[in-house]
Amino acid sequence: MQQLLTTALGGLTLGAVYAAFALALCLIWRSTRIVNFAQAPMAMITTYIALVIIDAGHSYWTGFAAALIGGLLLGAVVERVVVRPVEGKAEINAVILTLGLFILIHAVAGIVFGSRYRSFPAPFGVRGLTVGDTSIALTGFGVFTVVAVVVVMGLLVLLFRYTEVGLRMRAAAFNQEVARILGVKVGRMLTLGWALAALVGSLSGLLIAGGSLVHPAYMDSVVVYGFVAAVLGGLDSPVGSVIGGMLLGLSLSAVSGYLGSELVPLAALVILMAVLLLRPGGLFSHHAERRV
Amino acid sequence: MPTTTETAEKAHAAEPRGGLRRRWGNSVLPRHLTLAALGLLAVTVVLETTGSFANSQLASMAYLGIAAGGLTVLTGLNGQLSLGHGAFMAVGAYTTALFLDGDNPLPLPGVLAAATLVTLLVGAAVGVAAARLHGPYIAGATLALAVAVPGVVLHFDRLGGEQGLGVRMPETPAWVLDAAYFVTGSELNPTKYVAYIGWAALVVTYVLLANLMRGRVGRTWRAVRDDEVAAEIAGVHLGRARVLAFVVSTACAGLAGAVMAMAVRITAPSGFSLTLSLTLLSAVVLGGLGSLTGALIGSALLTFLPHLVTGVGVDAGLTDVRAAELAPAVYGLTMIVVILVAPAGITGTVRNLWRRRRGAA
Repeated sequence: MQQLLTTALGGLTLGAVYAAFALALCLIWRSTRIVNFAQAPMAMITTYIALVIIDAGHSYWTGFAAALIGGLLLGAVVERVVVRPVEGKAEINAVILTLGLFILIHAVAGIVFGSRYRSFPAPFGVRGLTVGDTSIALTGFGVFTVVAVVVVMGLLVLLFRYTEVGLRMRAAAFNQEVARILGVKVGRMLTLGWALAALVGSLSGLLIAGGSLVHPAYMDSVVVYGFVAAVLGGLDSPVGSVIGGMLLGLSLSAVSGYLGSELVPLAALVILMAVLLLRPGGLFSHHAERRV
Repeated sequence: MPTTTETAEKAHAAEPRGGLRRRWGNSVLPRHLTLAALGLLAVTVVLETTGSFANSQLASMAYLGIAAGGLTVLTGLNGQLSLGHGAFMAVGAYTTALFLDGDNPLPLPGVLAAATLVTLLVGAAVGVAAARLHGPYIAGATLALAVAVPGVVLHFDRLGGEQGLGVRMPETPAWVLDAAYFVTGSELNPTKYVAYIGWAALVVTYVLLANLMRGRVGRTWRAVRDDEVAAEIAGVHLGRARVLAFVVSTACAGLAGAVMAMAVRITAPSGFSLTLSLTLLSAVVLGGLGSLTGALIGSALLTFLPHLVTGVGVDAGLTDVRAAELAPAVYGLTMIVVILVAPAGITGTVRNLWRRRRGAA
């Protein structure tokens, strides 16, 4: 019972982070039909920015905000400078491009920040909360993680549903030609979409790092889990990504708790293959069929 | 817009039909065999005239070249992107380590064949699943594979955990030593022996791949890559063509892993990280997708560039560890630049320039 509770609560927190990362991948996929594998190192490098600021004596929240803003800028720059030229061309080119970015950002982090493990602070306790007499596996930082992800998702829903910019962005993602005819500056919307996605990615990077260790490769497996979560949800649907992230977090937490943590990536692979072979449109797809 | 591979392909198709081809006739096999013999000769000369360090570097170039050759066939000819070739190399390397572990190990060609075969079977299993996927999905699935394999290795105690397995190279057979002494007039040390094995494996692999690419199978692969519907109408079985390309490619990775195990003398999970898979991809992109020459150039860069660049970094005042990251930075940057500026890679771009100059003259 205790084990089950621990697994479920751990899965919930992990799931929130995967959901955020999957959402970042999904936002970019919707607007530009690119899976941004470079999301992982981008989130890694913004977390390092936060770490440098915090180590320099500033508060956690200054570093937190700087990382999010850094993510926003990085996403915009990457889209405008590197990705724009391959948009709408053969998909293999875009994939290779994001992988090139992946290697480059990795290496730059290694050169600038070094490859050793560094501990990253957490703003809230990382020890289990106590309810009555028993201590449960939910930490203060875990609560913060879930709340932060929910808040960001709420803000995104507000943005896309109720603002003019959100409407323009949806139009640009839905049909570029028509949106352009209707006066939407599609290029600008795509840049904004990448920037927002990178911001959400940075958030997940910060949440994973909190109270733990960071090094240049610490996000590498997260990009796999984020991708699996996004595919679970259909890769096209933000809501699906979030639900996929939660499901994946719970399943992987169960695998880690009952079978061994070294098998977690294998479990992710098995889940991914199962989804792609059985329901390629994701668990919540409305389309009868889609080419995968 | 033409894809990376199409551009390279067009350049290739438009190759002048006279010259070489007329002299060689249309028969592909003799041409490839002659090139292979010349290649082996060149390798012998280079290995005999260079020192032990260069020999070990050339051995690593050989296994990177074998893996890159397999990857360029898969990505360039068939349009499937694999980020999991490092994982397949791990399968080959661990198989080799296990086969060489006993008291009476198989002779080396048998071990190489076994490693290739085991990887081929794993590749077939993955390929059957991957054949139904497209672009980013297959990239994501093979990425998951690359991340999963080190964990699987850790799960089985027999595979040595983080420390990995030591690889026991058997004694060099006496007849090989005699033959080497007879031909070159110098003693054959173990490093050089492994380098010879690696390059022999590379030449055999490349001859086989080159023949596949030029023949019916290669045509089928290209057809599937360029237009699935048209290929299917023409009677190509899409799934079968994709699985075959994947299996051939992973077999190469397995062989590469086997040579790597012998050259490095240890197989550990850290040797088969995601970075290995990604740098292999950068090698084939840089050289030019779909070109074996490109794969060879790419693997040469992977082998010799780090040494050079790290030296520059250390001179510029970086610590050794940080300077070691300069080489991947160069790979990543060149990958981006190649895709943006010269999608045909080195071989394709040189070919295009050559044609333009001939056209102008």
